[in-house]
Amino acid sequence: MNSNPLEIILVEDNYSDAELALRALKEANVTNRIVHLKDGAEALDYIFGTGDGSNRKAVNTIGLILLDLKMPKVNGIEVLQRLKADEITRNIPVAVFTSSSEDPDVKECYRLNVNSYIIKPLDFIQLGHTIRNTGLYWLMINHLPDK
Amino acid sequence: MAFHDLPIQKKLMRASLLISGMVLFVTCTTFFTYEFFKSRQEVKEKLETLGKIISANSTAALAFDNPTDAGEILSALKLEPHIESACLYNKEGILFAHYPDSVHLTSFPAKPAAEGYFFSQSFLDGFQPIVLGDKRLGTLYIKSDLTDIYDRFRLYFLITAGVIAVSFLLAYLLSVILQKNISVPVLALVETAKAISEHKDYSVRARKYNKDEVGLLIDAFNEMLVKIQEQNKTLSEFNTTLEQKVKTRTSELEIANKELESFSYSVSHDLRAPVRAINGFAAILERSHSGQLDKEGKEFLHTILREAGRMGHLIDDLLAFARLGKKEVQKTMVDMTTLAKETVDEFLKLNNENYTAKINVKTLAPALCDAVLVRQVFVNLISNALKFSHNKSDALVEIGSLEEGGVVSYYVKDNGVGFDMRYYNKLFGVFQRLHSYEEFNGTGIGLAIVHRIVTRHGGHVRAEGKINEGAVFYFSLSSLTPVNH
Repeated sequence: MNSNPLEIILVEDNYSDAELALRALKEANVTNRIVHLKDGAEALDYIFGTGDGSNRKAVNTIGLILLDLKMPKVNGIEVLQRLKADEITRNIPVAVFTSSSEDPDVKECYRLNVNSYIIKPLDFIQLGHTIRNTGLYWLMINHLPDK
Repeated sequence: MAFHDLPIQKKLMRASLLISGMVLFVTCTTFFTYEFFKSRQEVKEKLETLGKIISANSTAALAFDNPTDAGEILSALKLEPHIESACLYNKEGILFAHYPDSVHLTSFPAKPAAEGYFFSQSFLDGFQPIVLGDKRLGTLYIKSDLTDIYDRFRLYFLITAGVIAVSFLLAYLLSVILQKNISVPVLALVETAKAISEHKDYSVRARKYNKDEVGLLIDAFNEMLVKIQEQNKTLSEFNTTLEQKVKTRTSELEIANKELESFSYSVSHDLRAPVRAINGFAAILERSHSGQLDKEGKEFLHTILREAGRMGHLIDDLLAFARLGKKEVQKTMVDMTTLAKETVDEFLKLNNENYTAKINVKTLAPALCDAVLVRQVFVNLISNALKFSHNKSDALVEIGSLEEGGVVSYYVKDNGVGFDMRYYNKLFGVFQRLHSYEEFNGTGIGLAIVHRIVTRHGGHVRAEGKINEGAVFYFSLSSLTPVNH
C-alpha cells in the first residue's frame, strides 16, 4: 500500500486485541496513520471534540473507523449512532470489529447504517488477512462522495 | 304441527279432550243403539197386541159375514192415531172390510201374506190370523206409521248431543285446570333451564310444585345444579391457581431466558477475547521469536496454539447450540434428496481434507421441515461419518430413508470405527465424546445439536453401532407421514 494521508481509527478497549490488531496492520504493511482510542468516550471526544465542539476533529482526515462493540463508558453501538446521525461524520466508513456474532447486535448495527460487520477471527493469521482486506477495501477500492 | 311436537300444554289438553270425546261417543252410541232396538220392539209388541184385540173382536163379524160390524170394529182404531190403515180378509182371502174409508182399496195388499209384523222404511205392517177355536175365519192386516218412534229418536239425539256438548265443555274446563298440575311445573322447569343456558347463572333453582315424578325431576335437576356450581367453583379456583402458576413460571422463564441470553452474550464476547489473545500472541511468538526456543519449547507453543484453537471451536459450537433454542422452526415441504446431495457437495468443497470415502445418496422421501436446520443435521452426521471412517481404505457413507409404521426415518450410515452400544446414553449429550481428542478431533456438540434440531421438529433420533463395523444414525422429523407430491 502506498503512503496514504487518511488515518485509520481503532476503537478497542481490550489491550490484547488492540495489540494484535495493530500488529496485524503493521504486518500487512499499512502505511496509514493509525490512531488507537481505548473506549467509546475517547472516540467521541476525538471525533466530535469536547464541550462546545470548537476543537472538533477535521473529519476529512479519517479514512476508516474500526469499532469494537463491547466497551466501558460508551459502547460501540452508541458511537455508531452518533457517527451516523451527524451530517458531517455520516459518510466515514465504520467497520464494526467485534467478537459478537449475536443476532440482535448485527441487526442493531445495520439499522444504524454500519458499513461493515466483521467478526474478529480467533486465528492470528486470519486476523491479519481480515484487517488487511478491510483496510484495502475501504481505503483503496471503495469510492466515497466528495466531502 | 305433528302431535309429538306440540307444546306439552296443548298435548295434555288434546289428550284429555280426545279421551273424554271417545268415551262419550262410545257411551252414547251404545245407548242410542239400545234405545233404537228397544223402541222398535215395543212398537212391534204394541201393534201385535192391538192386532190380537181387533182379531178377537172381529170373529163374530167374520163368522156372520157382516162387513158393517167389521167396519165398525175397525173404526175403533181411530183412537190410535199412528195406525195408518187396516183391513180384514175373509177365509177365502178376499178383502172384507177396511179402515179408514178414505183409503182406496188398491193401496191394501190384494191377498193376505204370511203371519207376522215387519218393518219397512217408514212404516210397520203385518198380518194377524183370526181364529175361533181351531177354525180360521180370516186375516187382519194392520199398518202403523213410525212417526212416534222417530220423534223419540229425535229427542234422544238432541239429549245425547246436549250431553256430549255439556260433557265436552266440562271436560275442557277440567282439563284446563288439571293439565296445569302437570304442565305448570314442567314449563317452569323449562323456563329455568332456558334462563340458565342463556345467562350461565347456575345459582338459580327450579321451583318444586308437587311430590310426583315431575317433582322428583326438579329435585334431581336442582341437585345437578348444585353439583355444577360446586364443580365450577373448583374449576375456577383451579384455573386461578393455574393462571397464577403459569404467570409465575412465565416470569421465571423470562428471567432465566434473559440470564441465559446475557450469559451467551458474555460468553460470545468475554470468553473469546482471552482465547484470541492466547492464540494471537502464541502465533506471533511462533512467527517472530521461534529462533529463541528449543525443540521442546516449540512443541509446547504448538500445543498452546492447538488448544487455544480448540477452545475457540468449543465456544463457537456451544453458542451455536444455545442459539438453536431461540430459533423458530419454519417448516416447508423439502426435497430431502436434493438437500442431502447439496449438503454433501458443499461440505466436501468447504473441507478440503482429503476424504476418500465413497458417498452414496439414495432417493429420500420428502419432509415437512426447516431446511436450514435439517441441513445442519446432515452436515453434522455426514462430517461424523466421514471423520470416523477416515481410517478405512474402503470407507463408504450411505444416506437414505425408510418408512416404518407410517413414520419416515432418514439415516446416515458409515462403515467406520463405530461405537460401543454400552455408552449409547452418552452419545447425544453436550460435550460427550466416545473417542479421545487425539484420536478424532471435535467438540462433542455435533450430535447434541442433531438431537435438539430433531426434537424441536417433533421427531426422534437414534443410533446403532458396533466397534470397528460402523454406525447408523436414524432421525425422523415428525410422527406424521409426510404427503408425497
